[in-house]
Amino acid sequence: MNADTDVPPIVEMRGITIRFPGVLALDNVDFTLRPGEIHSLMGENGAGKSTLIKALTGVYAIDSGSISIVGERQTFSTAADAQDAGISTVYQEVNLCANLSVGENVMLGHEKRRSTGIDWKATHSEAARHLASLGLTLDTRSILASHSIAIQQLVAISRAMVLDAKVLILDEPTSSLDRGEVEQLFGIMRDLRDKGVAILFVSHFLDQVYEISDRITVLRNGALVGEHPIAELPRDALVTKMIGRELEDLASIASTSHRDIDRTGTPVVKATGLGKRGVLEPADLEIYEGEVVGIAGLLGSGRTELVRLLYGADRADEGTVEVHGRHVRLHQPRQAIEHRISLSSENRREEGVVADLTVAENIVLGMQARQGWLRKIPKKDQDAVVQEYIEALGVRPANPNALVGNLSGGNQQKVLLARWLATAPELLVLDEPTRGIDVGAKADIQRKVAELSAQGLSVIFISSELEEVLRMAQRVVVLRDRKKIGELEAATTDLDDLIDYIANAGEGSAA
Amino acid sequence: MAAMTTARPKSGPSEGRPSVVQTFLSRHGGMMPTFAAVAILILLFIGGEIFLRGDFIKPLTISNLLINYAYLLVLAVGMTFVILTGGIDLSVGSVMAFTGMLGAKLLADGLPVGIAVPAMLLGGAAIGLFIGILVQYFGVQPFIASLAGLFLGRGLAFIVSLNSIKVEDPAVLWLQSTRIKVGDWVITPTGIIALITVAIAAFVLHLTRFGRTIYAIGGSEQSARLMGLKVGRTKIAAYVISGTCAGLAGLLLTAYSNAGYPRNGIGTELDAIAAVVIGGTLLTGGRGYVLGSMIGVFVYGTIKTIINFMGAEQAWMQIIVGSLLLLFIVVQRAIVARAEGRR
Repeated sequence: MNADTDVPPIVEMRGITIRFPGVLALDNVDFTLRPGEIHSLMGENGAGKSTLIKALTGVYAIDSGSISIVGERQTFSTAADAQDAGISTVYQEVNLCANLSVGENVMLGHEKRRSTGIDWKATHSEAARHLASLGLTLDTRSILASHSIAIQQLVAISRAMVLDAKVLILDEPTSSLDRGEVEQLFGIMRDLRDKGVAILFVSHFLDQVYEISDRITVLRNGALVGEHPIAELPRDALVTKMIGRELEDLASIASTSHRDIDRTGTPVVKATGLGKRGVLEPADLEIYEGEVVGIAGLLGSGRTELVRLLYGADRADEGTVEVHGRHVRLHQPRQAIEHRISLSSENRREEGVVADLTVAENIVLGMQARQGWLRKIPKKDQDAVVQEYIEALGVRPANPNALVGNLSGGNQQKVLLARWLATAPELLVLDEPTRGIDVGAKADIQRKVAELSAQGLSVIFISSELEEVLRMAQRVVVLRDRKKIGELEAATTDLDDLIDYIANAGEGSAA
Repeated sequence: MAAMTTARPKSGPSEGRPSVVQTFLSRHGGMMPTFAAVAILILLFIGGEIFLRGDFIKPLTISNLLINYAYLLVLAVGMTFVILTGGIDLSVGSVMAFTGMLGAKLLADGLPVGIAVPAMLLGGAAIGLFIGILVQYFGVQPFIASLAGLFLGRGLAFIVSLNSIKVEDPAVLWLQSTRIKVGDWVITPTGIIALITVAIAAFVLHLTRFGRTIYAIGGSEQSARLMGLKVGRTKIAAYVISGTCAGLAGLLLTAYSNAGYPRNGIGTELDAIAAVVIGGTLLTGGRGYVLGSMIGVFVYGTIKTIINFMGAEQAWMQIIVGSLLLLFIVVQRAIVARAEGRR
């Protein structure tokens, strides 16, 4: 049921402009959303998708332009205003209260009441009903923190449905869901669309966008590129519009990374029987100089756990780690850093960049960690290094004094990568470095990693996107159910082989 | 740990139907510190009974806890609201002194109780409002904003008078001097006021949207805002409630000591914070119970009583309360770490 252009729009944004210190985040952008359509908002990181959404939901004030909902001009100054106008939002990072129960998170602000206060029984059964419509049966009285991020994400979506919204905004709702959960979500989105709800969908998975959308609006560098029905915009045209340059780069990355690695000498890092009860069964891992080792497996297969044990962020029960053939104790991240091992966490907002510092200060943190805290680094050296990384990684805006908190996710990731590179690691562990970021920033990061590994840096590369793992790595370690099940040579493995291996291997021959 | 309905090759140590214990922990894990406080209170009573050879656990001792610490209980109730939002209110001790002085002065000037008591409550609420506005609209750290409130309150108390003002109003004295007896149990109107305050607070926190917003803010202020909850006014209201409670505590303390005294309540804000934390409320906000704070006050009062009975040095009080506080903060950290590890 594709919406026609002559259906009166439910959301009309005209000439929206938003400025942040040092950044023109949105420049005169128009956006139209009609009832009964699923409309994807596409663009690179930093293109202004999140900013546009936050303008529509009352989180950011607009500097100029107008927003009309069902033909009525509105000014939203808080998220509550937007919700009252029928707009509800599920953000990329789960924005719920982990200290409260599942049911309460669904119903907060809409609890069922009677004369003696909140009727908890009715409130929880109402919550259970909304969860059930998403196919979830949870104990609504259990505390949200006791559930996985994927479940929390679905709880956030249930919450949005309680509001009986006319407009539902889903900002990267699928980045932490597995295949089955995505299908479930899409089923619900189609239901809602058929009931006349207007859905604004943001995802960096092109397959998902093409599977679910009726219409696409493309942004680039804070400006509108165009609005198109999905049928009139083939993929390559979309990608070209998003990044504004042809993207054969990704293919060329694969050709540079598929080279032979000399595995005769001593590995840079070698872990033997590294494991922790209830977390990961003992696993072996070797990384040679200049090698990129990919780690593949489903969400929850133990990918993150393996590298956290290696890095000392969690303490292993058993197993040994050797660096250049010498036994070392890695019980704390500090010890790992001393042995030139760096880990860039998948959780960049909480465990990564310091949002209140500038780009330059974040990068200098990494240099300072290498120097020791007491030795001052001359300002001139700092500036030179910062400038070098900003250029090498294409951080946008290329302003060393911009606050990292004002940057888009992809650019924050670049700053984080720069900071770890500034510690001059021999082994760099990247856990989901490209999650939630777009094609352009992804290409920048992948290119830099490939280049550095060609110069001798060893890298462990974790990603949910198997194509990316195969593209970046020479060797892929496969995990399943918190156990290492084997290793594959990337050059002789294609995507189907890898999927088959993850799903079925065990007795299959490991390369 | 609940399972999803969709079949998926999900692994994990806890497969199948969750046990009763797992269900309980996933629902009420946050209550553990409060249970620990109850256990400590029971241990203290048993300890007191042993030390004092059977002369401790009796209705009078327990009644006296409520009679002697009614003011602290009311302060702890207000403090619970603020700490649940993730804030802190250091002003309550001196606000209590100020409102006590204000009430005593108004009564001494011949004004009726019907004016003096509302003036005390409003005086406390006004300072609370001042702190709340500093925190919410000027982005001042609660610690600093309420420190300003502490100095303000103390200064105002001394402006009213440098010396204590005797209270002779019969209605105020009645609050403390009346002994309502039920068998061997004794309670004063001040104790009843404190209990009613606890009951109202428990109702507000658990059965109103305002109360749940307090918890939501403590869990994640940003999430609460994005959920469309009224974060700003709720946070300010928490400080106003704390200030009003301090005003009420001023009344109770004045009734208890028959006078307003400008040096009252120096350091009492810290006793109130200690009681709240010992009662199981997380200093970072979002978890805790006002009934726990009541237990915390009783733990505090019992330690003090035992030390008085034993005739030991009062300094031990500080050491014991300090150690308990440390113990509870460590226990809370462990519980939070466990909860995060379970995900």
